[in-house]
Amino acid sequence: MLTFTAPTLSYFLLSPILVVLGGALLGVFAEAVLSRESRPSAQLTITLSTLVLALVQVWRIRDESSLSAAMGSVAIDGPAVLLQASVLILAIFSVFLIADQGSFTAMAAAIPGSPEEKESLQRGEKLTEVYPLTLFAVAGMLLFPVATDLLTLFVALEVLSLPLYLMAGLSRRRRLLSQEAALKYFLLGAFSSAFFLFGAAFLYGYSGGLTLSSIYDAVIGGTANSVFLLIGISFLSVGLLFKVGAVPFHAWTPDVYQGAPTPVTAFMAAATKVAAFGAMLRIFYTAFANAYWDWRPFLTVIAIITMAFGSLVAIAQRDIKRMLAYSSIAHAGFLITGVLALNKAGLDATIFYLFAYGIATVGTFGIVTLVRDSSGEVTDLNRWAGLGKRSPFIATAFATFLLAFAGIPLTSGFIGKFTIFSAAYEGGNKGVVVVGVLSSAIAAYFYIRVIVLMFFTDPEEDGTVVVIPSVLTRITIIATFAITIFLGVFPTPLLNFITSMATFIR
Amino acid sequence: MTSNALVYLIALPLFGAAVLMLAGRRADRRGHILATVLSGGSFLLGLYEFSQMLSRSSENRAVTQKLFSWISVGSFKVDAGLMLDQLSISFVLLITGVGTLIHIYSIAYMSHDLDRRRFFAYLNLFVAAMLLLVLGDSYLNLYVGWEGVGLASYLLIGFWNQKPTYATAAKKAFVANRVGDLGLSLAIMVAFATLGTVSFSGVKENAGQASTAALTAIGILLLVAATGKSAQLPLQAWLGDAMAGPTPVSALIHAATMVTAGVYLITRSNFIFDAAPIAQLAVAIIGAITLLFGAIIGAAKDDIKKALAASTTSQIGYMVLGAGLGPAGYAFAIMHLLAHGFFKAGLFLGAGSVMHGMNNEVNMRRYGGLRKFMPITFATFGAGYLSILGVPPFAGFYSKDRIIEAAFNAGGVRGVLLGSAALLGAAITAFYMTRVVVMTFAGKARWEEEVHPHESPALMWLPMVLIAFGSTFSGFLFTRGDALRNWLAPVVEPVAAREQELLSPALVSILALLLVVVGAGLAVMKYLRQDVPVVAPEDVSIFTRVARRDLLQDDFNEAVFMRPGQHLTYALVDIDEVIIDGAVRGVGRMATGSAGALRTTQTGFVRSYAMWILLGAIGLIAAIWMVTL
Repeated sequence: MLTFTAPTLSYFLLSPILVVLGGALLGVFAEAVLSRESRPSAQLTITLSTLVLALVQVWRIRDESSLSAAMGSVAIDGPAVLLQASVLILAIFSVFLIADQGSFTAMAAAIPGSPEEKESLQRGEKLTEVYPLTLFAVAGMLLFPVATDLLTLFVALEVLSLPLYLMAGLSRRRRLLSQEAALKYFLLGAFSSAFFLFGAAFLYGYSGGLTLSSIYDAVIGGTANSVFLLIGISFLSVGLLFKVGAVPFHAWTPDVYQGAPTPVTAFMAAATKVAAFGAMLRIFYTAFANAYWDWRPFLTVIAIITMAFGSLVAIAQRDIKRMLAYSSIAHAGFLITGVLALNKAGLDATIFYLFAYGIATVGTFGIVTLVRDSSGEVTDLNRWAGLGKRSPFIATAFATFLLAFAGIPLTSGFIGKFTIFSAAYEGGNKGVVVVGVLSSAIAAYFYIRVIVLMFFTDPEEDGTVVVIPSVLTRITIIATFAITIFLGVFPTPLLNFITSMATFIR
Repeated sequence: MTSNALVYLIALPLFGAAVLMLAGRRADRRGHILATVLSGGSFLLGLYEFSQMLSRSSENRAVTQKLFSWISVGSFKVDAGLMLDQLSISFVLLITGVGTLIHIYSIAYMSHDLDRRRFFAYLNLFVAAMLLLVLGDSYLNLYVGWEGVGLASYLLIGFWNQKPTYATAAKKAFVANRVGDLGLSLAIMVAFATLGTVSFSGVKENAGQASTAALTAIGILLLVAATGKSAQLPLQAWLGDAMAGPTPVSALIHAATMVTAGVYLITRSNFIFDAAPIAQLAVAIIGAITLLFGAIIGAAKDDIKKALAASTTSQIGYMVLGAGLGPAGYAFAIMHLLAHGFFKAGLFLGAGSVMHGMNNEVNMRRYGGLRKFMPITFATFGAGYLSILGVPPFAGFYSKDRIIEAAFNAGGVRGVLLGSAALLGAAITAFYMTRVVVMTFAGKARWEEEVHPHESPALMWLPMVLIAFGSTFSGFLFTRGDALRNWLAPVVEPVAAREQELLSPALVSILALLLVVVGAGLAVMKYLRQDVPVVAPEDVSIFTRVARRDLLQDDFNEAVFMRPGQHLTYALVDIDEVIIDGAVRGVGRMATGSAGALRTTQTGFVRSYAMWILLGAIGLIAAIWMVTL
């Protein structure tokens, strides 16, 4: 007779994830029972309180260290806490942007240009499904970097991806572009997920187990068939590199960044990167740590071409969102150098970089939502000319974020780049560091070009205006701006905190 | 000894400056009174500290106050701290005392100026910065004050900046001072690198262990700093143009106090100069040359303020010479500095009073016979005049003759040369000062029809009278029982017993007086016995012409620094445009070109994106395969 053993779960350690999932379900329920008018505020309240509560729970588990939170499938340790906290903070700021409903279609199911769409727009309906979707995605993002077995990883990957596919298609303007982006994202995501799953199968074949520690042990044992390991690592990497947008798995990034509603782009760019790199760090630093002779060369090449490609192609962009997409590709390359370092300093630096970059990204896209004309957001770079004269504070904040992306001192970006490159240098990847610094120099060109455009070019009277931000958007911009400067001037407290926390358990 | 009150010496005028600047037009009506009261308060506090100091024994007179830990980087630690010792208090009383009198004077002098409030804000700012300069307990704190007075000076020279020439004068002062400031900052860095500290006490303690070369370097750099701030050769050119500022500013900043900061710096650093004989000799030589240089220029100037400015350069030359003579001269340098603070302030205030009564005319050829119209101004100016000439018993007699005497006794050829220069300077001083007095107050009236000379209001002449008392009696007081020298003794090493005397004090005094009489007599012959032409004659000797052109100082700067500097920048601009910009543009073009090629990979078709992913995956396996083969 088959005996059934009930799984033992540590609800306390899992509470951040469970809280977010619970909040998402509550959101779905609210969507079903509440009236159309009361939904926006109710959903916003549910979402924000869920995220804040989850953040509190993360704070409460900060000193925990356990592999047995969920039968060996989830590890709660220092990096887990840091990454989960980063995801939640970025998600809160993103939700602030999402709450400014101007970017979303009124009825996602209506065909673009159809009478139903017009009708829903006239009725002034607001789309509220985006809130539970966001929470589901956040739940996946919380699970992804803490999962320690391959199946849980895959489930987390899908939980975070599926809502994002939908959210990418919710744009109010240029809906066809948005829906095309969503479809592309979905198809390619499915394709890469298949690689991920295939890789997981090979790794199971190699080690006979699904947990990261069993792979680690098998690598140390060295008796298993190493062809399985190599194929497994390659395919698993494809799935991960697709999510972070590394070349040559980056092709979706510009299309999706451009097509998705800007608040969703902010969320995707900031929080997804944290989750995906979090998982990548955990996998490469624990399971594959001793196979580094195998994966380091190809990851080095990927880092180099990603940095160079992202920086170079960004120069040719005329659309601000596409430019930022290529910039995010370049940043993925910088972050991979942190993974390559394979030392404690690399881990610390990558986590710091992820947080700093995420904050600046949310702020940047927050500002993109504000520059509009009569037909919605203005993303044509040339029409940003003279923004500094129209709206000095917004332009200053935007310039600061761009300088942070470029890694100019007194911004968080400088500290991030400095720590990550010095970690990589210590780790023995001098060549990557050289390419990284050169790419940063190239990248500075197109960031600073935008600054020149904003401040030293006269504005044209073409109807471009900077709308007055809602309170939540204003909070987001001011807070991200302040954090970006603060981390640039006083990085030590956070760096010390990360250093004291960030050690993976196996 | 520590004290908590020192900071208020600085805080009072600083508060005034802040209030006046922040309150804006609302403070227009009463702002000047607040500024004057706060400056006076600082003076009273200084007097109180002075009386406290007198009640203690000479070793325990210095008081310190630690404000906060300013910089703490590794082993480098600087506390923002204040120190009030015998040397500082002398300056504090001079700055706040003369400063307050000039505040009072300015109330009347600037009464018609719409921007009087701004003027007083700057004056208070200056007083605060100058106090910080003399109260700082380390070179770095001194540096903050040093820059602060530079700023205040710049703002006040260009106070009437609607006139482009005045703005240019301010800029000139700024640039010349910047060169000097660079010297100071380098001196601080060298001091830290070799001695490991920048506090006065620390440097004094460690100076014994440092090499002579290092101390010489620090000394020379400090001298550079001093030449900038105190308008000594070769950075003297700015002071004449600085007279563009309102006359009270010339009196306070560009005569009595700020320009003497260099002398303070050298005296304060006596422990460095005493251990670096070469640097010390350089100080003395610079002083001797400058005192002649200034005096010669002063003899050729028709602008009363510029003549007095040249005189200031010359008189500070005396002080620097004194400070360069080592322990024999420090006390006399300071004594002359204090005496000069009185008589030169008095002379400038007198000049201001004359200008006030003469529709702001500054050309002395347009004056003449004013003593009848301005008796008080004439009397106070006269006190300053006799003092600067060194006529007993006026203050200058005591201080200047001691410097000349100390120079002669420096020993050997050096002593003879330095002493002769100082003595010759005294004669020229008598000539140009007599020229100023005669052209202004004596002779025939040469002013224009519409000018109606009159005496200035009491608010102006009262400070002048008080300062005249200082010019008259201070020297006598300083030398009673060697009061000032004994007072300063713990700060600057007291002079060792003199081994040989080249010239006795009495002989020096007689010689100096004789030469003064000769100089003054020449001036009387030339400017009182003959009529003074209203327009300066052109058919003069080459010597006079060169002197009128400030001994070619501007031409020199232009030919040696400005033109080559300009050519250098042009050349650098060319290099920048052709080579550096060319390279950058080339890289930019390459990047843009490759970007254009690479972006074609972004076709927009999902199938090609998927193909990239597939190729990437195959590439990964191929790569991993290759490295493991």
